[in-house]
Amino acid sequence: MAINEKTVKHVAKLAKLEFKEEDIHDFTEEIDKIIQMVEQLEDLDTQGVEGTYHGITHHSVVRKDEAKLDIDREDLFKNVKTKQDGFIKVPAIMDNGESGA
Amino acid sequence: MNFETIIGLEIHVELKTNSKMFSPSPAHFGAEPNTNTNVIDWGYPGVLPVVNERAVEFGMKAALALNCTITQDTKFDRKNYFYPDNPKAYQISQFDRPIGHDGWIEIEVNGEKKKIRIERVHLEEDAGKNTHGSDGYSYVDLNRQGTPLIEIVSEADMRSPEEAYAYLEAVKQIIQFTGVSDVKMEEGSMRCDANISLRPFGQEEFGTKSELKNLNSFNFVRKGLAHEIERQERELIAGRELMQETRRYDETTGKTILMRVKEGSSDYRYFPEPDIPNLLIEDEWIEKVRQSLPEMPKERRTRYVNKLNIPEYDAEVLTSSREMSDFFEETVANNADPKQVSNWLMGEVSAYLNSEKLSFSETALTPKSLAEMINLIADGTISSKIAKKVFRELISNGSDDVKALVEAKGWAQLSDPSKLLPVINETLDQNEQSIEDYKNGRDRAIGFLVGQIMKKTRGQANPGIVNKLLKEEIEKR
Amino acid sequence: MTILDYTLEELHERLVNSELTSVQVIEAVYEKINETEPNVGAFLALNKEEALKQAREVDKNGIDPNNILSGLPIGIKDNIVTKDLTTTAASKMLEDFVPVYNATVVEKLAEAGMISIGKLNMDEFAMGGSTENSAFKVTRNPWNLSKVPGGSSGGSAAAVAAGQLPASLGSDTGGSIRQPASFTGIVGMKPTYGRVSRYGLIAFGSSLDQIGPFTRTVKDNALVLNAISGYDDRDSTSYNGETPDFTENIEAGVKGMRIGVPKEYFHEDAKEKGVVESVRAALKKYEELGAEIVEVSLPHSKYGIPAYYIIASSEASSNLQRFDGIRYGYRAEGVKNLEELYVKSRSEGFGLEVKRRIMLGTFSLSAGFYDAHFKKAAQARTLIRQDFEKVFEDVDFLVAPTTTSTAFEIGGRIDDPLAMYMADILTVPVNLAGVPSVSIPCGFSDDMPVGMQLIGKHFDEQTLYRAAYAFEQATDFHKQKPTFKGGK
Repeated sequence: MAINEKTVKHVAKLAKLEFKEEDIHDFTEEIDKIIQMVEQLEDLDTQGVEGTYHGITHHSVVRKDEAKLDIDREDLFKNVKTKQDGFIKVPAIMDNGESGA
Repeated sequence: MNFETIIGLEIHVELKTNSKMFSPSPAHFGAEPNTNTNVIDWGYPGVLPVVNERAVEFGMKAALALNCTITQDTKFDRKNYFYPDNPKAYQISQFDRPIGHDGWIEIEVNGEKKKIRIERVHLEEDAGKNTHGSDGYSYVDLNRQGTPLIEIVSEADMRSPEEAYAYLEAVKQIIQFTGVSDVKMEEGSMRCDANISLRPFGQEEFGTKSELKNLNSFNFVRKGLAHEIERQERELIAGRELMQETRRYDETTGKTILMRVKEGSSDYRYFPEPDIPNLLIEDEWIEKVRQSLPEMPKERRTRYVNKLNIPEYDAEVLTSSREMSDFFEETVANNADPKQVSNWLMGEVSAYLNSEKLSFSETALTPKSLAEMINLIADGTISSKIAKKVFRELISNGSDDVKALVEAKGWAQLSDPSKLLPVINETLDQNEQSIEDYKNGRDRAIGFLVGQIMKKTRGQANPGIVNKLLKEEIEKR
Repeated sequence: MTILDYTLEELHERLVNSELTSVQVIEAVYEKINETEPNVGAFLALNKEEALKQAREVDKNGIDPNNILSGLPIGIKDNIVTKDLTTTAASKMLEDFVPVYNATVVEKLAEAGMISIGKLNMDEFAMGGSTENSAFKVTRNPWNLSKVPGGSSGGSAAAVAAGQLPASLGSDTGGSIRQPASFTGIVGMKPTYGRVSRYGLIAFGSSLDQIGPFTRTVKDNALVLNAISGYDDRDSTSYNGETPDFTENIEAGVKGMRIGVPKEYFHEDAKEKGVVESVRAALKKYEELGAEIVEVSLPHSKYGIPAYYIIASSEASSNLQRFDGIRYGYRAEGVKNLEELYVKSRSEGFGLEVKRRIMLGTFSLSAGFYDAHFKKAAQARTLIRQDFEKVFEDVDFLVAPTTTSTAFEIGGRIDDPLAMYMADILTVPVNLAGVPSVSIPCGFSDDMPVGMQLIGKHFDEQTLYRAAYAFEQATDFHKQKPTFKGGK
């Protein structure tokens, strides 16, 4: 076993997903098989090899600092389920300081 | 038991760009909620980030001003966490290759100078804003989402709240001088978190730290840290083990309040942002930015003291803001005496700005007009008393030609003997007793006579010249 | 011949000489869809009213003889956002999602005058190889309706193969264009990463995703790629270099070209011998056409699957976090607080396969596993990329089977995710390396089409089209019509 049910629950929490208690066992087995498969990479010697994290090797472009607005607020709100006075309305946030910035 | 305090600060500074870090929507807020936003800020499916050149340049500028080395092959990373003000549920930040690293600045506390090392300066995007309603809902405004930020992370080099305060002040000053941010804590364009721990003197490893949030004024930083030191000390002395926790400074009680205990470290699952290739910062770009850096406050102070003979204290005040310092230098460049300029800026000008809550650029005063006025005082054209009137006029209405203004208003001093002598003689004729007194050695009589003459000239007579002429005329009698 | 048997090029000629109008073409498309859709099930949304309006506009303004795609129909995979036209990525999560902007490719197609017919079915969020992971419907293979059309761009492939459309767009993260093209006997191109803007493509694996065209002929494919390629200042990963005319030199043949045959891609012991045999026969054909065949090795190929599943899933786990029920998309009912809103909306809105990938990706990025999983996979990716760069020093392009088997039975593999993953073994290395690859029909095995992929150097789609065209002209596999076996 590469992972157990506890890990699956922990990962699900990070991903904001939940699985029915009765499904956890089977799901864990299934994910475990997949993880064992991907862990075949262990056999590969990658010492000193730089990782590739992008689809291209060229460097990034940058954009001129010009401000423009090309969409109305009304359009942005088209798919919002709950809103009020120009705000997006969500169930109360318990402020636990998660805000990253 | 005696403890040593260890403090490190994380300072977020909003960059003053036109558009956002990764999207072209306007980077100013205060507008109606969610109006300065677009599909990118909202994290609509399919959108992609594109780096704002000026934000990189500003980040670089700040990093260079903080004596950092620029990472030429820099990159962006995703920091993953769910929060309503974070629409993509990841923040684009920089993890292992921040734009600047290994910097330092110098601070001074109680006359002692100390270097504080800066671990890193990295670029990232700001989050939106949640307003917590009393109705069980929160309200999300994404206007701020995507505003460019730099985070300045110090080493744990500070040993007291005073040092932390001095460091914060110094960073604010430096950033303000670079012009990349307003650095106003009260407006949120500068924000500060602190990591603080205690350890017994002599112990090498750090104690368990807590992270202080919500330190949104300079005073809160000092008070929050002071309170936290007391709290940790109390716990340690009582033999309790400290937890690694996040605490919030509560301004009403002056205490720090537990927000959460960290279970391990939060798992932000950082990984390189696949949508933004690595960014190559060429030597020429760095040089160009370096060239554009203004002289920093510390260097300016030294120059003021050594070259312009300004007292240390004055130099300190004059460099407290870029605006003040620039105004000072331009006024001096208009051939005014530096010490006089300093006196005016620290005195009348500052008093006016404070009482009217204005900045230099919001008044009509210019370095040229201030210099002209100071020179008119120096050559006796106006008295220092009249100068206050002139100053009021200059700062509220302005003038291109102060001399002409003074003449037009009839504010020039009477220095011409041919105009003063008739008044003097008239006064002497009317006050023969005073002449007698003076001749009998009562010097005070002169003061009385000068007063009379000033009255007759409605204060415009040049007191020095009146004095001289008066004595000559008495001798003649 | 009916209208829909014509290629894009042939349709254009007929529009120019007024044998046909755009309205006639578009009407024929919708008629064909009406007739075949009950069997095929390729579409998630139709754009009929708007399409006919545009066609009338084109007819009114007259056909520009230089604008070869003007007034011609195309279908769009449902993970490419289309303003005001529901875009679901085949997920319950986006069942009622109406985009408020157009993807760059959609804008480019409109500039070229193409008319969008509707949105095509797929595996949810492009995760899968059979289109069975769609939350909404099953798409069937027009050659045999009990079989899958492949995936994830199964709707895009089936619609073209069934003759509903002359062209469609798909996306390819690990084979999602080439594999369904191969299963349905058509041409599908995964361009070089960066060739086509990803702005407006609902991201799956951001460093792997690429949009590309499906068509029945090679030249048609090149024409559509011409229309959608090019630098986009809204996509930092789009290629800032020159965009050639992909039809240029397409007829120049393969004489003197060196074709690499990667030995790791030929599983001679595979259950289904017909696939490898067809490709071997195709290689013979290339020899007859004057090309030289060289056996080459891509030694790190076997690490493609694990590296791919880690990288694509990790990126996906992050990309799909934005689906939180707040600004758009599915929101669970009756939630008590924010945490529940997140968890319930996501758990109810995503299908099982998507959840699997999110879990794998989240795990691979999480503290303690990052180095052994994500970083290691990124390193493997470097080695895989270098494998390609090395062989391309010696050969002009590579030829290999696109898949290890022909289309499989609907329901045949859906309960075995691992088997499903392993089936991508021949397609994922191309995405990891970022190189272009086109799958073209090269034979049949048990009456089902076999595809072979031509793999090229970065930004050398031209050579691939030229070589694919040479093979196509020398064979008639592309002229075979699906039989709708088992249909009503």
